[in-house]
Amino acid sequence: MATQHSRNAARLMMSPSVILLLGWMLIPLSMTIFFSFQFYNLLQPGQETFAGLTNYRFFLTDPSFFDAIRNTLVLVGGVLVITVVGGIALALLLSQPIWGQGIVRVLVIAPFFVMPTVSALVWKNMFLNPVNGLFAHLANGLGLQPIDFFGNYPLASIIGIVSWQWLSFSTLIIFTAIQSLDSEQLEAAEMDGASSLNRFIYIILPHLARAITVVILIQTIFLLSIFAEILVTTNGGPGTATTNLTYLVYIQSLLQFDVGGGSAGGVIAIILANIVAIFLMRMIGKNLDI
Amino acid sequence: MARAVSTRRKTSFTVAAWAVSFLIFFPILWTFLTGFKTEGEAIASPPSFLFFDWNLSAYEAVNQRSDYPKHFFNSVIISFGSTALGLLIAIPAAWAMAFVPAKHTKDILMWMLSTKMLPPVGVLIPIFLIFRDTGLLDTRTGLVIVLTLINLPIIIWMLFTYFREIPGEVLEAARMDGASLRNEILYVLTPMAVPGIASTLLLNVILAWNEAFWTLNLTAADAAPLTAFIAAFSSPEGLFYAKLSAASTMAIAPIVILGWFSQKQLVRGMTFGAVK
Amino acid sequence: MSALRNATAFAAALLASTAIAQAETLTIATVNNSDMIIMQKLSPQWEEATGNKLDWIVLEENVLRQRVTVDIAAGGGQFDIITIGAYEAPIWGANGWLTPLDDLGEDYDYDDIYETVRAGLSADGSLYAVPFYAESSFTFYRQDLVDAAGIELPEEQMTYDQFRDIVAQLHDPDNGVFGTCQRGKAGWGENMAFVGPLVNAFGGRWFDMDWQPQLESDAWKNAINYYVDLMNNYGPPGASANGHNENRALFADGKCATWVDATSAAGFIFNPNESTVADKTNFTQAPKQVTDKGTGWFWAWALAIPESSKKVEAAKDFLKWSTSKEYVKLVGESEGWVAAPPGTRMSTYENEMYVSAAPFAETVETSILAANPADATLEPVPYTGVQFVAIPEFQGIGNFVGQQISAALAGQQSVDEALSNSQAFAVREMTKAGYIK
Repeated sequence: MATQHSRNAARLMMSPSVILLLGWMLIPLSMTIFFSFQFYNLLQPGQETFAGLTNYRFFLTDPSFFDAIRNTLVLVGGVLVITVVGGIALALLLSQPIWGQGIVRVLVIAPFFVMPTVSALVWKNMFLNPVNGLFAHLANGLGLQPIDFFGNYPLASIIGIVSWQWLSFSTLIIFTAIQSLDSEQLEAAEMDGASSLNRFIYIILPHLARAITVVILIQTIFLLSIFAEILVTTNGGPGTATTNLTYLVYIQSLLQFDVGGGSAGGVIAIILANIVAIFLMRMIGKNLDI
Repeated sequence: MARAVSTRRKTSFTVAAWAVSFLIFFPILWTFLTGFKTEGEAIASPPSFLFFDWNLSAYEAVNQRSDYPKHFFNSVIISFGSTALGLLIAIPAAWAMAFVPAKHTKDILMWMLSTKMLPPVGVLIPIFLIFRDTGLLDTRTGLVIVLTLINLPIIIWMLFTYFREIPGEVLEAARMDGASLRNEILYVLTPMAVPGIASTLLLNVILAWNEAFWTLNLTAADAAPLTAFIAAFSSPEGLFYAKLSAASTMAIAPIVILGWFSQKQLVRGMTFGAVK
Repeated sequence: MSALRNATAFAAALLASTAIAQAETLTIATVNNSDMIIMQKLSPQWEEATGNKLDWIVLEENVLRQRVTVDIAAGGGQFDIITIGAYEAPIWGANGWLTPLDDLGEDYDYDDIYETVRAGLSADGSLYAVPFYAESSFTFYRQDLVDAAGIELPEEQMTYDQFRDIVAQLHDPDNGVFGTCQRGKAGWGENMAFVGPLVNAFGGRWFDMDWQPQLESDAWKNAINYYVDLMNNYGPPGASANGHNENRALFADGKCATWVDATSAAGFIFNPNESTVADKTNFTQAPKQVTDKGTGWFWAWALAIPESSKKVEAAKDFLKWSTSKEYVKLVGESEGWVAAPPGTRMSTYENEMYVSAAPFAETVETSILAANPADATLEPVPYTGVQFVAIPEFQGIGNFVGQQISAALAGQQSVDEALSNSQAFAVREMTKAGYIK
């Protein structure tokens, strides 16, 4: 249907985006790959030499490496489960007939606007701090022992903080999808005597499939490289309990200033991110006919 | 709603919804309130919710130590600048993908999204070196460029999903009438696309406003936005909850207010093609 | 019309020329410690006197170190004045990254600065950073609680065993007082600053004379087991997240009975405007154990000018002002003498006003003079430094070991696991860097 002329025009219109993103990807990437084969420590200028695969060997045999992969997966998976399940529940609740729906929606959406650094700082100090935090005051008031969140449940605490930010987002998307649901279909099912659970499983959930896919895709993109929340709260610890892949690369290249090792880690992280991306795209491709 | 809803049912749902949303909003409210306490009251046990001695000492301390207007101005320039530039580049691309789809359109789109999955820390040193050599360190221009590139995939995708919902027949008709490509975009497409563009704009302003890795690592004094402003209050010596709360409120208030006022527009386009 | 244009052009030229003649805008990066915040508060006086302007970047220690290091190592040139410590100054100076500061003028009075402090900030005989304040470590304790418990503190330097007994008696969590607060937050400048002198006291060392890491030695095991037991039994909850600043707030709020930390915190703890325990706190040397060598650390926060700065003259002028005798006096008069920057200048300790306002003055001076980075361990070592090892690789190793020990403190792993991971990491890094052949 499209003519040759319009196809050429289309190519022309796409080229700035494609060229820019290619450049944005390839230039730093090729520098990173180059550095990854060098002994290059920022603190020892003028001593760069060819390193072969040494940097990769050291990064892959780093005992923190597998912890980091596991933490990355748990972090992404945990936040996804909480936000998708919580988002569906909240969206269902909000779509019920209630007074002041507008205000309720404004309150629910607010966490999404908050800077990650701010939310991490506020949660860490004013809520989760085991001496002066609000939860500690609450526990003391009830005569309980305050919980040391970042000492005993570090990864769970970070999952909680991140989920708080993204729950707003998933609720919104799913809520919008629910509103487009055909209410007559639901009523017909109700007349036929379908239980509310069945109506949820057979009518509502399939209708939400696309919205949920979108939530998963977008959140995964952002969650894979979570950084600020970890830097502000736990610095990846205790031990390696909250070190994800991004943070491990940060430790290598910006705390130890080992640019060679950090670059090798960066290349590995990029490869792993792309594997996740391929899986995700497969899934999306099926569910989202774009 | 097709049928009448019993008042009791509505009441119970209302109570539940208000309770849950209040809990979700509470951390922001608590931060806002704590900003008006003294440092001593901020950690007092048991904490007082509303009945404390409201005062502005924390705000005064924050303003004495930081140049809030400068950081605020930088945040505005950087987030709106990068969004505007991004839209400029993305609108033609999304238009082409939506209306003249080729065999590889989908792959290109997916590839673009996958560039967002690269961990930024992995490429900080290369970008830092490039910025040093091009004189872009600590400039608003440099940050606008980086944030444009970071958010470009999301912008293109959002616009693409929105444009696709525009029925092709409208364009066919316009073409029949002999409208040029330019006119087609300007007079037919754009008005229909405005809600989608508005919502893309808002989402990206929010994302750019809150971006805290590049904005912190590529700036020092001149171009530092509000993310750098808040970093100065992260863990100083002595008591700091009130100052932290005041600074946090100042950093997030503009974007939360903008978000609230524009939430209808924001939500409308944020469906990413998920709603048929 | 043209007259107006001429007039505007003239005014603009005039403005431009005066701008060139005096006004420079300097970018200064500093750490968010209270002494620096006072400096920021007082600096308008310097700005008014010179016409220059300062742009402040105030960051948490870890973030500051990362930002400044990347900038200076990659030649970013974003900063005109940076705040660095006794660890960085000699290494960076030797790398040629810093402007030598030997020429601030006769009136700066270099000889007034303690020899230890100057030596710690010099490389190859040149001074590369001027000290803003210097510190050792000692023990803070609550005299009121000690009296109430009827404890008699030993006259001489106590041992860590004695220290634990005292802590145990003071521990009273039901009344909101924990026996001791020590650093647990991971980082070579955080928990390792406490652990380093602790290990020294237990007779340990980082490396032997062949640069072989010694982290699985008995001395390390004893020291770390002692530390973990002490904190788990008598420390506050969440200790593994507490750094210097968190503990400072806890102690000032009356939540800790004892605290072994920087002498420079004394000005804050004894300042009734900042602290609720100003009149109830006392101090003594940091404890010893099998040896008294290296039991108090040495650290200085100092200001330096990166080689890449283009505004060296103005920057030097600010450094001279902010580390001068006159500045100490200015702080004393405007903020109270107890808050004057400690540990750098003899004249501060000869000043009646300071000594009478700061009961800790003499002990601090003794501690700083006693700290000897060149001889801080029981057994011989190839490095200098009390709580750190003055080689570039130490940051990475110290951070990793700090993470492992903080995980052991949080109960995520055993002390033995933490130390064997640390040893393996240190061996890897030292091999990679070519120390171990």
